[in-house]
Amino acid sequence: MSVLVIAEHDNTTLAGVSLSAITAAAQLGDEVQVLVAGHGCRAVAEAAARVQGVSLVRYSEAAHYARPTAEDLATLIADLAAEFTYVLAPASTFGKNFLPRVAAILDVAMISDLIRIEGPDRFVRPIYAGNAVATVQSTDPIKVVSVRATAFDAAPMGATAAPIEVLEAKPHSDLAEVLAEQLTQSERPELTAAEIIVAGGRGMGSAEGFRLLEAIADRLGAAIGASRAAVDAGYVPNDYQVGQTGKIVAPKLYIAVGISGAIQHLAGMQDSKVVVAINKDEAAPIFQVADYGLVADLFQALPELEAELNRVLAK
Amino acid sequence: MKVLVPVKRVIDYNVKVRVKADGSGVETANVKMSMNPFDELAIEEAIRLKEAGRVEAIVAVSIGAPACRETLHTALAMGADRALLVTTEAELQPLDVAKVLKAVVAQEAPALVIMGKQAIDDDCNQTGQMLAALLGWGQGTFACSVALAEDSVTVTREIDGGNQTVRLKLPAVVTADLRLNEPRYIKLPNIMKAKQKPLRSLTVQELGIEVAARLKTLQVSEPPPRRSGVKVSSVAELVDKLRNEAKVL
Ligand SMILES: Cc1cc2nc3c(=O)[nH]c(=O)nc-3n(C[C@H](O)[C@H](O)[C@H](O)COP(=O)(O)OP(=O)(O)OC[C@H]3O[C@@H](n4cnc5c(N)ncnc54)[C@H](O)[C@@H]3O)c2cc1C
Ligand SMILES: Nc1ncnc2c1ncn2[C@@H]1O[C@H](COP(=O)(O)O)[C@@H](O)[C@H]1O
Repeated sequence: MSVLVIAEHDNTTLAGVSLSAITAAAQLGDEVQVLVAGHGCRAVAEAAARVQGVSLVRYSEAAHYARPTAEDLATLIADLAAEFTYVLAPASTFGKNFLPRVAAILDVAMISDLIRIEGPDRFVRPIYAGNAVATVQSTDPIKVVSVRATAFDAAPMGATAAPIEVLEAKPHSDLAEVLAEQLTQSERPELTAAEIIVAGGRGMGSAEGFRLLEAIADRLGAAIGASRAAVDAGYVPNDYQVGQTGKIVAPKLYIAVGISGAIQHLAGMQDSKVVVAINKDEAAPIFQVADYGLVADLFQALPELEAELNRVLAK
Repeated sequence: MKVLVPVKRVIDYNVKVRVKADGSGVETANVKMSMNPFDELAIEEAIRLKEAGRVEAIVAVSIGAPACRETLHTALAMGADRALLVTTEAELQPLDVAKVLKAVVAQEAPALVIMGKQAIDDDCNQTGQMLAALLGWGQGTFACSVALAEDSVTVTREIDGGNQTVRLKLPAVVTADLRLNEPRYIKLPNIMKAKQKPLRSLTVQELGIEVAARLKTLQVSEPPPRRSGVKVSSVAELVDKLRNEAKVL
């Protein structure tokens, strides 16, 4: 059975979430192809070709694929999809944007947020903010699936490189134009790729309050995350939000500071390996999912934590 | 111009859902139901566009059991002008919802559909994109700002790395993200007034749509619980445990 994986990339590097989607693809079929659509992104196609399990890269190059619209991507993919049993993409804002459009053009259902494969047509996915998981069976000839990256390991690099085949671009649709992008610049690791995340909530009190977290993040090489309340209050940019409707993360260590632990937040981080909660309210629900809980005022605990980390990690 | 706002009736976001013992789904009996929070944002945005003089009429539509009428009353009380209830007892999945909405669009001819980005029950995040595809319209998903012009709409979208701004030709579909606006509280007199507003009801069959769920739910279960942890008494103890017990530092 053949699987098409739509690569997420920035025309320079292949996103890590694409590697998780390739792992899922390899569990579904023996023929895994990757579509790299972009502009001046030959290096991405070459990187995809070297991923273990990939048998062919379809490379489509056009100026309007530099920051492709969902409209343009969906037309390209829907046309190609007839050759495949599965079409997969990461369940990121990238994949979520065009994949349902592809499914509708093909007149098939879509499976969102795949977390486990139970058979060629049986998929497990979270519902109700992860408070339940559903096993669904698809009856469609082509299965369109978005893959939750935290549920699948990144595919490793293989020994050989797969061939790269050029795929002719489709004309640009005038339904939509990308006018601009404002991307958050950060020296820190990307949230969904980070091994350690320190996250702050409303309890941080202000953007200045987040500086306390930054010092610790820098010490640990960690990414910074946030609750919706902290984002809504303007303490940090929106792409820091972790949760049901934000980013889904599963780092080795998640340190939640001044976050109460609403189900919508837990939905985004409860698969983290080790969870630490620092909160002054000992009844905060976050403690129910924390491996280590510290009941304390964060404005006192964070400087202490920074000092302690400096002390022990310096050795 | 006319705006269509699809609203879904879902288990209230504050309810801790419970999986049924037989694994067939989640418990919905005697559970508080509300309008999907993202759909409240969509209605609110439509009302603001109307208040700004850019929109003449707001039509809310809900598809499902007759009880969706309550959700439509909420939409009317917030400020929608009229409502459409499309009933079916069948299980609805995003592709079917999109097909029903396409038929509604054919009747209502809105210039803009504003809807939620995601229903918090199925967490699919599909219907808006599917509807746009079926109509051959442009889409602006995960919107945090919407600026409406004569024949286009400019949408700022929340994406993983930050924000992206797109311009769509009208008609188009926009899906609302959390920071699009803050929905208003409903004032008591508006609840009374909403009862006078027109609410038309018809069936899925009357729209000529055959609902056929393509995904069969085999089982719904509880996620594995996290093992319970411990409280530490000091920062020093925390760091020690992280290094020597959990071995993550
Ligand atoms: C449709 C929908 C989607 C949502 N999606 C998300 C999502 O994706 N992600 C998300 O996070 N939320 C989401 N939410 C919001 C969620 O319901 C909560 O409102 C939010 O997570 C609360 O954020 P918080 O924990 O920072 O704030 P609060 O609940 O206000 O908690 C603040 C915490 O800080 C503690 N605190 C305060 N001061 C101190 C101090 N000095 N020292 C130590 N502790 C202190 C308090 O004890 C409290 O526990 C969503 C809500 C809805 C309706
Ligand atoms: N049964 C329904 N009736 C009306 N609108 C719906 C229905 N189901 C989904 N929607 C709309 O589609 C959006 C996305 O839903 P979903 O794709 O299921 O996550 C919701 O926020 C609603 O605006």
